[in-house]
Amino acid sequence: MDTHKMYDVIIIGAGSLGTPAAYYLASSGLKVLVLETVPSVGQGSNKRAIGGIRATHSDPAKIRLCLRSIEIFSTFKETYGKDIEWDQCGYSFVAYTPREEKILKDLLDIQKSYGLVNDWYEKNDLLKIVPDLTPRDLIGGTFSPNDGSASPLLSNHAYFTLACEKGAEFRFCEPVIEMAVQNGKITTVTTSCDTYSAGVVLNAAGASASEIGRMAGVEIPVRADSHEAAITEPVARFLGPMIVDIRPAPGSSNYYFYQHTTGQIIFCITPSPNIWGEDVNETSSFLPMVARRMISIMPRLRNIRVRRTWRGLYPMTPDGFPIIGWSETVTNLLLGVGLCGQGFMLGPALGELLTRAVQGNLIAEDAETLRYLSPQRHFDGQELLK
Amino acid sequence: MTSYRITQHPILPIPEAKEIEFYWQDTPLTAKEGETIAAALFANGIHTFGHHHKDGSPLGIFCANGQCSQCMVIADGKPLKSCMELVTPGMRVYPNDGHPLLPEVKSVPELNPIPEIEIPVLIIGGGPAGLSAAIELGKLGVEVILVDDKHRLGGKLVLQTHRFFGSTEAVYAGTRGIDIATRLEKEVRAHSSIQVWTQTTCLAVFSDKKIGVLKEGKHYILLHPQVLLVATGAREKFLAFKGNTLPGVYGAGAFQTLVNRDLIRPAEKLFIVGGGNVGLIAGYHALQAGIGVVGLVEALPQCGGYKVHKDKLVRMGVPIYTSHTILSANGHDHVESVTIAKVDEHFQPVAGSERSFACDSLLIAVGLDPVNEFFHKAKDFGVTALVAGDAEEIAEASAAIFSGKIKGLEVAQQLGLNVGEIPSDWYRTGEILKSKPGNVLSEELPDLPAGVVPVFHCNQEIPCDPCSALCPQHLIYIDKQDIRSTPTFTEDNFACKACMKCVAGCPGLAITLVDYRTSTERPLVSIPYEFSRESINIGDEVTIEDTQGDELGTTTVVNVRALKANDRTIVIQVEADRNIAARIAGIRIQNPAITQPMLQYVNHVADDTIVCRCEHVTAGEIRECIRKGYRDINEIKTVTRACMGACGAKTCAPLIHRIFREEGVPYDKVTDPSRRPVFIEVPLGTFAGVNEEDEE
Repeated sequence: MDTHKMYDVIIIGAGSLGTPAAYYLASSGLKVLVLETVPSVGQGSNKRAIGGIRATHSDPAKIRLCLRSIEIFSTFKETYGKDIEWDQCGYSFVAYTPREEKILKDLLDIQKSYGLVNDWYEKNDLLKIVPDLTPRDLIGGTFSPNDGSASPLLSNHAYFTLACEKGAEFRFCEPVIEMAVQNGKITTVTTSCDTYSAGVVLNAAGASASEIGRMAGVEIPVRADSHEAAITEPVARFLGPMIVDIRPAPGSSNYYFYQHTTGQIIFCITPSPNIWGEDVNETSSFLPMVARRMISIMPRLRNIRVRRTWRGLYPMTPDGFPIIGWSETVTNLLLGVGLCGQGFMLGPALGELLTRAVQGNLIAEDAETLRYLSPQRHFDGQELLK
Repeated sequence: MTSYRITQHPILPIPEAKEIEFYWQDTPLTAKEGETIAAALFANGIHTFGHHHKDGSPLGIFCANGQCSQCMVIADGKPLKSCMELVTPGMRVYPNDGHPLLPEVKSVPELNPIPEIEIPVLIIGGGPAGLSAAIELGKLGVEVILVDDKHRLGGKLVLQTHRFFGSTEAVYAGTRGIDIATRLEKEVRAHSSIQVWTQTTCLAVFSDKKIGVLKEGKHYILLHPQVLLVATGAREKFLAFKGNTLPGVYGAGAFQTLVNRDLIRPAEKLFIVGGGNVGLIAGYHALQAGIGVVGLVEALPQCGGYKVHKDKLVRMGVPIYTSHTILSANGHDHVESVTIAKVDEHFQPVAGSERSFACDSLLIAVGLDPVNEFFHKAKDFGVTALVAGDAEEIAEASAAIFSGKIKGLEVAQQLGLNVGEIPSDWYRTGEILKSKPGNVLSEELPDLPAGVVPVFHCNQEIPCDPCSALCPQHLIYIDKQDIRSTPTFTEDNFACKACMKCVAGCPGLAITLVDYRTSTERPLVSIPYEFSRESINIGDEVTIEDTQGDELGTTTVVNVRALKANDRTIVIQVEADRNIAARIAGIRIQNPAITQPMLQYVNHVADDTIVCRCEHVTAGEIRECIRKGYRDINEIKTVTRACMGACGAKTCAPLIHRIFREEGVPYDKVTDPSRRPVFIEVPLGTFAGVNEEDEE
């Protein structure tokens, strides 16, 4: 093989994880190639993310990773000179029934034990933070002021530009069609156009992660769940935090919305039951379902005009936690898959972590993170706040 | 305050309407009941409706068709498209400056389920194609819902004051567009199986084969048709040039809407870009409304529209600058002048050829694109769907009427009805009606100066035949097998009774009658005239011109005939010397002073060539992306926000493709932006079944 087709790392997928990983790997001095099926960066599930970034999870791995991501996102403009529309708007999970109050309060104990800033606010105090919530039946809610939001499109594109500056190569419209494995290692990666080789192959293929895994003979328990989202016209700022309502209702297990720095409200539901498969065509059921739910808790939204809707894929794992680490059977295959719809917020911190994994210079906390997210775990737990 | 209403019009009646009061920035103003907010503002001379959130530049009406979102205002606290919403008594209207504040709402409104309706046929669009299709289905008793986003049916027919070209047998050639609209509407409404929903906009075709519509501007309904017919017409193309978003720059359709539907005079001095039929006809409509037309530029060496339309405009005194382009629209917060220049064979401006003209409005008529997104989505999602009219292929309205009729029967076939075979000659007629203007033949003048002779100042092959149908003596011949052939006179000079039906009825105003019966030396020439009766009188001295608008001298009007049978076309008669009589095609209407260039051209240096009107993205920004190597328009969207605005890339995507072409990037290397619902912005409450009248 030509030496110019040999790389230290081949990343499959220029999305939420693959693009920041390309930047961090290239910055560490490695020769990086990114292979992508579609014509430009972030055009798979990344651009369909609504842009929320929170550390208020329920497990040490994601909490640690997202705290690091928030550090990166919140200082991105100062560090790299690129505006990614970061806004430290906070998250508020609201409780209208005792069920949610209990879930949220139980979670608070866990979250606080990891040092997160998140507090319970009784009804009247919560209404001071979110005055437009409908007060009827409101019990209270949590507010985590350090969480925030940014533009997935701009963030991913910024990482792309930075990665290119560091020498990473991107090949678009080049789907991977075959991988050769010898003695437990991937030796070559073949696309629709060419064949390449690398010391390490990083599977960051989002919803296609299982398919890529199978090319190397590795079964990866990731399957796509299709979520629908929408964006409105811009209006003057009236809403502070991201609002999350975890009450189940017919068709959806929860929904959430926030006002982006552009003034637009962006919203999304989690379908219940899950809608398995890769269909991302718009459905007629989404808007009526989500509109009712949103107006029920914030009637002011009745007059904001919906501009566009779309669907995106959540690459789900059996327990709702990402799969991060080396494959047991194919030893140069690194997995950064199954991010369960949180690829955007996890991407920067995971990009750094995976770079340390490739360079062999893991830091102390990484061990715990990788243990929680290990590909070899039994997948018998359940994420509490998917 | 000065009123900018049209108070007399040669073709259109001026209806009586109740006056109502509304407020603009707290000042009371008068509007007419039943008109849009935009029309009411224009009637009061207000053209700037807000300022852009990004750069503070003034915003005004552009499409007047509910598509572009440039005309947003805040009416009674809510952001609304002023071109689509009617003004109401006491309405308080404010400019949309930056982002509006969402009104506070105290209580949760009643949330109602979204109705779902199964229907054999849904027709989207009540223009010429949709109405014609509905009529065929109505005759068969098929249950149809026909939706149209406007307040009245007819589509763009309601803006067309001129007589239609085409076939007298197959369509309604010789009848004015506005009257065709009325006839088609009446026929549709006579069929009880057709439900007509006006003010109803299609929002999306969903993958579960349901179609979301916004009924009467407020109720969201999901329709589940067995067959969908998309007859959504066309949208106007936009053009990138400096100053192109200044208020006063309009799409041709917007201008025609304001003038011919709303009876508003939006301009005093108009300049036109584009020499296709739309631009040429809009120029004629402007003159009829008493608006000066300073000039028209066309980038090609010839106008693309019918030659009779072009000739007519030139004769009336409108200069046409072929092989010219617009460089800029100039002005502070409204158009004050335009700068044009000659172009070379590569369509590049020739330095030193710049000229500026004082004008207050600029009309863009550079072609149409089909509105076919619903059809494509329907096909992708496996909905049984057909497409008719401009949504299928851009052509004249007469072609759309005929193609709608055929599609109506094809829809019936899809439903499994036995409608027999659709005659193959219908398809041929459809093709003929769609045909582009053909060869220009040399003009033939009559040989024998005796009796009465019709002269056809019509020497281009176009699908049109009313003259041959109108002559009671059958003295005018057009090949019925192919009506694109030009008319010929049977040369029976003594059979013509000078009834003037051909003169008054020619849609191109291209037939004159030379009457040698009283004098062979100074024959009487009859000329069609479609301006107000008051504007011409016996004894007036007029400048007479040949077909192409070259001056033949002056003469005196000896007679003015305004016969009811001639349907608002007046015939004026002049005497002229025998050697020029047959060459006279018309008289000049416009004083040449209005068409003179300014002494010095206005050099517009600001880099404000806007490609994306919604997000104010410049051509320079797009070019920079292309030069960086971007080939996916989605990537350009990511970094510039072009295509992210309210209109959903309807305006800018073709312009971005054009810049790619200019930069030498082949079409197949460029990825189109994703197209997503919804078609227009709709309040969230509407999707939750909130009743608009419900107390807030």
